[in-house]
Amino acid sequence: MTYRVNVRVMPRAGLLDPQGQAVEHALSALGFEEAAGVRIGRAIELEVAAPTRAEAEARARQMCDKLLANPVTEDYLLQVEES
Amino acid sequence: MLNVAVVRFPGSNSDFDALRAAEAVGAKAYFVWHRDTDLQGADVVILPGGFSYGDYLRAGAIARFSPVMRAVQRHAADGGPVLGICNGFQILCEAHLLPGALMRNAGLHFVSKPVDLVVERNDTPFTAGFTIGTRIRLPVAHGEGRFLASDDTLRMLEAEGRVVLRYVADTEGSPLQPNPNGSAAHIAGIGNAAGNVVGIMPHPERADEPVLGLADGRGFFISMAAWKPQPSTERMSNR
Repeated sequence: MTYRVNVRVMPRAGLLDPQGQAVEHALSALGFEEAAGVRIGRAIELEVAAPTRAEAEARARQMCDKLLANPVTEDYLLQVEES
Repeated sequence: MLNVAVVRFPGSNSDFDALRAAEAVGAKAYFVWHRDTDLQGADVVILPGGFSYGDYLRAGAIARFSPVMRAVQRHAADGGPVLGICNGFQILCEAHLLPGALMRNAGLHFVSKPVDLVVERNDTPFTAGFTIGTRIRLPVAHGEGRFLASDDTLRMLEAEGRVVLRYVADTEGSPLQPNPNGSAAHIAGIGNAAGNVVGIMPHPERADEPVLGLADGRGFFISMAAWKPQPSTERMSNR
């Protein structure tokens, strides 16, 4: 089976996110004063061949822990679906 | 003669500076390619500055998995000196040879300017020639130099005296900011517990001759040149 994995990597809550702050200021300058709490992360899509969905998720989790996210500064969310 | 391997990744750009600075203190310096698996009998390894692999994903994240890094890990584990400068520091953190991470500068801008620093640790092969408390001026040039670690790690670094360089305010009241990037505790460089692995954001290799405008960086290379390999059986057997 091939599974489609969506990974959402975000700066850990509470850490300074200067990109998010800059975008928030820009939104405010554009007249979107109601925008607050802007944070910027990254989305990664990949396909994982695995016999089961649980196995695909387990492998994807290892990929995140080893490379896709930095455990010191980032948290990640995984979404696994059949493709 | 001291063998100094300067590791080149695709995107390294301070590699020639590091090579020249090592040669200037009498070392036999040579390049090692990121695909190499052997450090050719290096006594010292320098991971130079630059933008290895275009800083894709995170600065240093891909370089960490280069074949040469396995040899660097072994060299470090055997007590061999490793100096990571700028991108090299980022790679050492990603490789877990040093704790913490280097994040986007708090001011978002790439910062390229001289900064004032204090040397806080001299039990490393790269700072042994400095007296603790010495103030020096070196250039920084980075977009991701904001050192960050968990509170526990920061406490440990301070308690064990592992901060090598810290940004300080210039006593002469220059407009230079004490901390160019928002780094935790104004940290500019740290070492591992043993002191053989050191990562710093400033560039001593770009400031080691008066003709370059700043010469304080030379102390790092003079210290390195004076370093004597520790003859240990484990180290020999791994050669």
